Amino acid sequence: MKAQMKTILEAHPYLIERESADWPAFNCPQDRLMDCLQSLQEEHGFDFLADLTAIDHFDAQPRFEVVYQLFSTERHEYLRIATPCGGDPDPVCPSVVPLWKTANWHEREAYDMFGIEFSGHPDLRRILMWDGYPYHPLRKEFPLAGKEVEFPDEGLREATGKTVLPAPMMGGPFHASQTGSMAKREPRADDESWNEARDRADIQDEENLPPRELRDKH
Amino acid sequence: MAIKEVNFGDIGARAAAADEEFHGDKMMINIGPSHPATHGVLRLKVELDGEVVTKCDPVIGYLHRGDEKIAENMTYNQFIPYTDRLDYIGPIHNNVTFALAVEKVAGLEVPPRCQAIRVICCELARLQSHLVGVGVYGMDCGALTVFMYTFTIREKLYNLFEELCGARFTTSYTRIGGLARDIPEGWLGNVLKVMNDLEPVIEETDKLLTRNRIFWDRTVGVGVVTKEEAISYGLTGPNLRGSGVAVDLRKDVPYLGYENYDFDVPIGTSGDCYDRWLVRIEEMRQSIRIIRQAVDQMPDGPWYAEDAKRIFKPMKDKVLTSMEELIQNFMLVTEGPQIPAGEAYFEAENPKGILGFYVVSKGGGVPYRLKIRSPSFCNLSILPKMVPGHIVPDIPVLLGSLDFVLGECDR
Repeated sequence: MKAQMKTILEAHPYLIERESADWPAFNCPQDRLMDCLQSLQEEHGFDFLADLTAIDHFDAQPRFEVVYQLFSTERHEYLRIATPCGGDPDPVCPSVVPLWKTANWHEREAYDMFGIEFSGHPDLRRILMWDGYPYHPLRKEFPLAGKEVEFPDEGLREATGKTVLPAPMMGGPFHASQTGSMAKREPRADDESWNEARDRADIQDEENLPPRELRDKH
Repeated sequence: MAIKEVNFGDIGARAAAADEEFHGDKMMINIGPSHPATHGVLRLKVELDGEVVTKCDPVIGYLHRGDEKIAENMTYNQFIPYTDRLDYIGPIHNNVTFALAVEKVAGLEVPPRCQAIRVICCELARLQSHLVGVGVYGMDCGALTVFMYTFTIREKLYNLFEELCGARFTTSYTRIGGLARDIPEGWLGNVLKVMNDLEPVIEETDKLLTRNRIFWDRTVGVGVVTKEEAISYGLTGPNLRGSGVAVDLRKDVPYLGYENYDFDVPIGTSGDCYDRWLVRIEEMRQSIRIIRQAVDQMPDGPWYAEDAKRIFKPMKDKVLTSMEELIQNFMLVTEGPQIPAGEAYFEAENPKGILGFYVVSKGGGVPYRLKIRSPSFCNLSILPKMVPGHIVPDIPVLLGSLDFVLGECDR
């Protein structure tokens, strides 16, 4: 492995070693990325792109980093290549779909989650979130609960007049509120006749209950 | 008697006109997201020319829960229950893989007994997953009986998990640096008993379908994936080996002491649906072999990393009697296992393929970034290439042969 790394470093002197707890890792400047990956694939036997992902460093510059995990199906070794993506809030990175077909979906995911534009990608659409979703959820400034957004379908929007709500972090249908009396926040605690179907209009204290629209669903 | 001459006109021209008339436009149909053949909430937008698929666009994300975002907001041990819900057909293997990935960042090696228990868990998960994969695949091809055989025996595997960790389905059995608890007394004997019951089921399944003429017609030569395609599309697990690429991380990059076990890695030759079936059947036999060896060689000793005081929680009896352990327990519960800053990418050979975790730690009990490389996600990305050219009834067969789980694909 060591000798192999030496030949790689000799062939690509612009690679800078990167800290890693397991396999060798290098930082690669973005303008040399395609040459580097192509040579690693064709000449150094790293024929399998195991994973492609991004990291949001938030307050550091450059903010985004795209990370490639390469694997050699012959020598059974890993190699990690990372490249910085300048440009916040619209980072750009060259697409490696010409080298590995599997990068297609991985890059779509990185675009979906981080908003990284992969230039040269044949079909850069969202993959996990729906088309037209306005945010990139894995960016650090995006809240864990999510944000209120409109339904993507116009008909649905008009018919229901509702929106996609953030996940209830507290006091939602699956979380008991931490304040107030036990009987209020967990009605089953003192009322054995309580069940899901019972009309809940008689409960006067609104304060510790989930928002009205969530209760309406039940 | 006169013979009457009938004039049919120009038959060729009429046939051509009729073809024009009936040809029409191509038809778009949606399969899923709620369709029994798609094994979950996968949606396929397919374009049909008659019965032949000309284009296929998979739509995923209906089960997206934002696991990676959630992971950035909780401690490593708190995330273990979430890993159950990735590949929920073999949840205990995800627990093990995640624990191994975090231990890799921490540079921690668990003791041999813990490794052997984890190996048994992994192989049980493989059996559990393949039993479903194989049984449901039979159903996809129209052979309902096989499913009954495999599901009956799978129930016994669930009993084993119940004995082991109290839960049948969502096991959450591992912890960073060890396990939730040691194996219960007599459990290994029960494992062997179940293995003895399981073996005839695999043989029976094999006999029912492997040389079945109808099954051949449905699977042989269907959904061929070449070696180069399989590597380029990032297929892993039985799907990659079915195409003849001998990559099995248990052999190639051994973890958990897999190098000490004697087992074979089956590979296919033509990369069609039938080969992927054969690989799964043989892998089950090999898993039984590994489990028997692991039970035989089960070492004594600690079942968690005793020296990792800031990672694995102390035993309960010590917590209740000693001040130092009490503080240690408190710190671990409130702040999580203390993992040093660093990054590592660890993959293990899960039943569905290679499951990888890329852990970026900036120190402390919470990961800065956790990327889950799920095998089903990568395996499904070949659908736009694989499905066109096949007829609609082949689609369930193709999907079944890939053996994916949407919980893991969408994360």
